[in-house]
Amino acid sequence: MRHIISILMENEAGALSRVAGLFSARGYNIESLCVAPTHDESLSRLTLVTSGDEQVIEQIVKQLNKLIDVVKVQDMADTAHIERELMLVKLQAFDAVREEVYRLADIFRGQVIDVTESSYTVQLVGPGSKLDAFIDALGSIPVVEIVRSGALGISRGPRGMLVPEV
Amino acid sequence: MELSGGQILVECLKSEGVDTVFGYPGGAVLHIYDALYQQEHVNHVLVRHEQGAVHMADGYARATGKPGVVLVTSGPGATNAVTGIATAHMDSIPLVVFTGQVHSALIGNDAFQEVDNVGITRPCVKHNFMVKDVRDMAETIKKAFYVATTGRPGPVVVDIPKDVTDPKVKVPFEYPEKVAMRSYQPTEKGHSGQIRKAVDLIVNAERPMIYTGGGVILGRAADELTHFTRKLGYPITQTLMGLGAYPANDKQFLGMLGMHGTYEANMGMHHCDVLIAIGARFDDRVTGDLSKFCPHAKIVHVDIDPSSISKNVIVDVPIVGAVKSVLTEMIELVNQAGGAKKTKELESWWDQIEQWRGMKCLEYKWSDEIIKPQYVVQKLWEVTGGDAFVTSDVGQHQMWAAQYYGFNKPHRWINSGGLGTMGFGLPAALGAKWAFPDEEVACVTGEGSIQMCSQELSTALQYQLPIKIVSLNNGYLGMVRQWQEFFYSGRYAMSYMESLPDFVKLAESYGHVGMRIEKPSDVEGALREAFAMKDRLVFMDFQTDPEENVYPMVPAGAGLNEMILL
Repeated sequence: MRHIISILMENEAGALSRVAGLFSARGYNIESLCVAPTHDESLSRLTLVTSGDEQVIEQIVKQLNKLIDVVKVQDMADTAHIERELMLVKLQAFDAVREEVYRLADIFRGQVIDVTESSYTVQLVGPGSKLDAFIDALGSIPVVEIVRSGALGISRGPRGMLVPEV
Repeated sequence: MELSGGQILVECLKSEGVDTVFGYPGGAVLHIYDALYQQEHVNHVLVRHEQGAVHMADGYARATGKPGVVLVTSGPGATNAVTGIATAHMDSIPLVVFTGQVHSALIGNDAFQEVDNVGITRPCVKHNFMVKDVRDMAETIKKAFYVATTGRPGPVVVDIPKDVTDPKVKVPFEYPEKVAMRSYQPTEKGHSGQIRKAVDLIVNAERPMIYTGGGVILGRAADELTHFTRKLGYPITQTLMGLGAYPANDKQFLGMLGMHGTYEANMGMHHCDVLIAIGARFDDRVTGDLSKFCPHAKIVHVDIDPSSISKNVIVDVPIVGAVKSVLTEMIELVNQAGGAKKTKELESWWDQIEQWRGMKCLEYKWSDEIIKPQYVVQKLWEVTGGDAFVTSDVGQHQMWAAQYYGFNKPHRWINSGGLGTMGFGLPAALGAKWAFPDEEVACVTGEGSIQMCSQELSTALQYQLPIKIVSLNNGYLGMVRQWQEFFYSGRYAMSYMESLPDFVKLAESYGHVGMRIEKPSDVEGALREAFAMKDRLVFMDFQTDPEENVYPMVPAGAGLNEMILL
């Protein structure tokens, strides 16, 4: 089963490599991985998407917690949450196709963010499944490139991930 | 007080109570060596190869329970240390390993003797650090010792670029008294509800089995374990790493379990109804085929590392906490419950166990002509009163040492269980001897393993470390040969060494005493003679039966009840 795992880590050099190294060393899957600073400059928030049965996911969470730089781990599947991913798609767009791309982008609530005589670049935000659906809907429209951020997750409700007291 | 980085490092070691650093100098650590040279509190043992330094610090740590400290230079100094670091990591041994690094400005430029130490060691350490600013040195070292020695212990590497120890750059020094890390707060105390649940299961067991590992020794809980086991009157078995935490000469002890465990221990595991696992991690060498493991048992598992729980075997009552603290609470509750309840069922369980024990699975065929390796270990036990520190390398001799040297105290049996590192035994023995100069230290080894770190015979002379080397020389890489006999129709691919050194001369050339023993009738005499030479290292080269196998054996993929007996 697919799981989104959110991790708060000390914002130290090499912290990301510890997570990536753990996954390769123990043979876990990483579907996507996204890392960026947070409002607390001492922390990085890392979101990864992985898959595995219950026992594997339990081990992944435990092994992540065991990394010394990891402050907090949350399996988003344990809580009501929102998933979002950003996708940028560059398409070849001539003649009638231009209209079709524009319409599709509109249906999926995307925006055209770059235009040339021969191309459109569409920006789309949503859960991964919605982005996949957009790609499917493009049909025969030629894709030049696709850039996806990987999924981000955040819990619903007023509470955030708690940083333990020292 | 204003100090340079090198001086700060030394001051930190003093504050941590470190008496010895095992190491080898080189360009990137010259400033540190210069600071070490100009003080008298911290000793330095100069090894002959960095792998030896780490194993020596490891042996010191296993014998004393204190963290071992290593200092090596950048590049090859650090990469040579990696095998030792990985060895300590697999067995959860607390080490702090300082590695030199090239000048900060050169990092990433493929400088002379540059290697990414943090990157290379990352998968085989508990944690690692690079000190980028001399002002962070003291705090980083404090954290390194804290992380290495608390929770589930392990090695920590501190990588130090050369400019950080520049003697011309001095900064104010104060060693932090305390350290707190929001991202690292190991659980010490077990969950009381879980402990209660476990004890309820334990005292009502009809066919109980206590199975303990290295965690009991690392957690200094041997006394608690002994008390707990005796109070309940239950059978106990131990992993290779756990030996010594419960006296081997006690009737309740069934011997080691697992691949080369005893018949009674493995059958007990297979048939038990409650398994009490303490400080053990259900390693594949212990469980055999997981689908056949303890099919009838409810399992209680106590471990300080949450990731050890339900990793290989799903357990019924997990308890995360320090073994000592959890056992103390358990003893209290067992007492309250009035001890074990199922007296009648326990009696018939013991009858069954005694029948299994009656198989005498560790008996071997005696020979008047050729030395049996098991016999050498038995005699070693006799000659040392069963009270020596015994280190081993890896292979058949390791199993025979574990099977035939009954360890009655913790910290006495020192071997590379997890990683299985040949070359470990000699330097580890030297580390133990350094820590306990008045105790007997024996290294049980083989002619294959000893050649992987034999250069440390030179270190042994320099520091007058008169250990006794018991080499069970069968001319083969014995365990490899045994597997080839069993599983490859006797095709002994590359497991025979056609040229071996004259070990007597080898020992002599390093300034030690060498002996070659060929007859069974000479074994005991040779051992007595060797151990009588209190101030000399003696290398005993026992010519043993080349075809002897380690029995019993659970073949890979079999269940614990499917053993090959002699």
